[in-house]
Amino acid sequence: MMLESLSMILIALGTVFFIAGTVGLLRFPDIYCRLHALTKADGLGLALIALGVALLADSMGEVFRIILIWFFVAVASATCGHLIARYERRSGEGPSYD
Amino acid sequence: MTDPLVIFDLLLGLSIVALALAVLSVRDLFAAIVLFVIFGLLSALAWVRLSAPDVALAEAAIGTGVTGALLLKTLHHLRYVTGTLDRPEAMNLTPVTPVPMPVLWVNAAFCGLIALGLAVAFLEAPKVGPGFDALVAEAMPASGVDHPVTAVLLNFRAYDTLMEVVVLLAAVIAVWQVERGLSEAPAPHLGEVWQGFARLALPAIVVVGTYLLWVGAEAPGGAFQGGAVLASVGLLLLLSRFYVPQPAHRGIARLAFVLGTGVFSAVALLVSGGGRVAFEYPLEHAKTLILLIEGLVTISIAVTLAALFHGREPVALGEEERRNDT
Amino acid sequence: MTPDMIYGLTGIAVFAIGLAGALCAQDRLRRLLALKLCSMGAGFLLVVAAWRVPPDAPDPVPHALVITGIVVVVSATAVALALIRRLQSLETRDDD
Repeated sequence: MMLESLSMILIALGTVFFIAGTVGLLRFPDIYCRLHALTKADGLGLALIALGVALLADSMGEVFRIILIWFFVAVASATCGHLIARYERRSGEGPSYD
Repeated sequence: MTDPLVIFDLLLGLSIVALALAVLSVRDLFAAIVLFVIFGLLSALAWVRLSAPDVALAEAAIGTGVTGALLLKTLHHLRYVTGTLDRPEAMNLTPVTPVPMPVLWVNAAFCGLIALGLAVAFLEAPKVGPGFDALVAEAMPASGVDHPVTAVLLNFRAYDTLMEVVVLLAAVIAVWQVERGLSEAPAPHLGEVWQGFARLALPAIVVVGTYLLWVGAEAPGGAFQGGAVLASVGLLLLLSRFYVPQPAHRGIARLAFVLGTGVFSAVALLVSGGGRVAFEYPLEHAKTLILLIEGLVTISIAVTLAALFHGREPVALGEEERRNDT
Repeated sequence: MTPDMIYGLTGIAVFAIGLAGALCAQDRLRRLLALKLCSMGAGFLLVVAAWRVPPDAPDPVPHALVITGIVVVVSATAVALALIRRLQSLETRDDD
């Protein structure tokens, strides 16, 4: 029971971060700010949700798989963020500093 | 009190329909492809809700992952050919002459009527029609595996699966013929971070693909899902240029293309030689035979999908063909 | 409101949208996307047909059919894309 409510809180918190990241994606002016909002907030949101789900897991094997999923999604999203920023920097204009 | 999951289902269904509309109405083709990929992922999620995890895995890996890569590669090639590679603005490739409004409206009305008819038929249809569940459950002990979908794919309806592998083979032959002598768009340079990611991800993808194949005997997974995941090894290798296809490698590639079909048909012939029907495996060898077929079909699927992504046959062109090369 | 009803109607809507798109789209790539939407709609209906009220396991035969369908569609897509690339190359060369 204790564990369940703890995992509920973690998942809810993770969802809040996802929503914040999405709002940033929609509201921020240029691609760099959007990437900043999206990668940071989603990374933390995903970590919290994975932690919450891992608390509910039945076996150690499941926990291990959830950790693996978290690790690879985090690495992939960091790489994607880098690739998008890199493409934008080479083809478009750099970030504005005002 | 309504089930909170019904609200989730409604929201998911609405987003899927909205994404389908957006795929066709957004101006930029790149955005359309990205929206299509998101549409596929949400559909996979909906299929998980309908307790079809096998189908969801196949859709996420093949219908969304590999297809998305194929679509993006084609868009890259089209931009290269039309010389719009460096211009980031929204684009439509074929010159667009506006469709007259009446035609659009007639089409929309026509499709609306079809949708309405289908919806009425669907809602009026008897809810608990006889399915194949009972038949499959009854025959499960004789199948050699513990997962019903794998049993259907590789035992009860193995002809379908054989034909499906043949279709993949036909596709790669067709693509090699169609693309013969077609010039290749320069691969985008992706940089060092990407290379590091590829190095980290490659071994993990091999493990995940093999795991999916192995676990198919008793849980969701199997040859097609595993094969698609392993195909992404090929995609990563091609994109990061760790591997560049050479004309000399065509022999091995062809062998890999026909491996699945060949072994599948050979097993069918051998089994039918012993006075049985083509796919009536002897019970004591059923699991071994199914795993053998699945393993080799997985290799074929992975190599074929990677070859479909690469497209053109890696061949040294003759003088005549090189002149046609645009 | 049960999941099969909601997703069944979703599938029908997706099919109709794909059909309208395939009839009206002018760009080849987009027409291909529209046809793929149609195939996804059909997949939805088959998966819905396999669904049973939760404690019961779903019918595996339609599931196997949809998996087969997904693989066939990706093969057809690859061939269609190769044809699109070829056509575009030929047209661009004619323009020069």
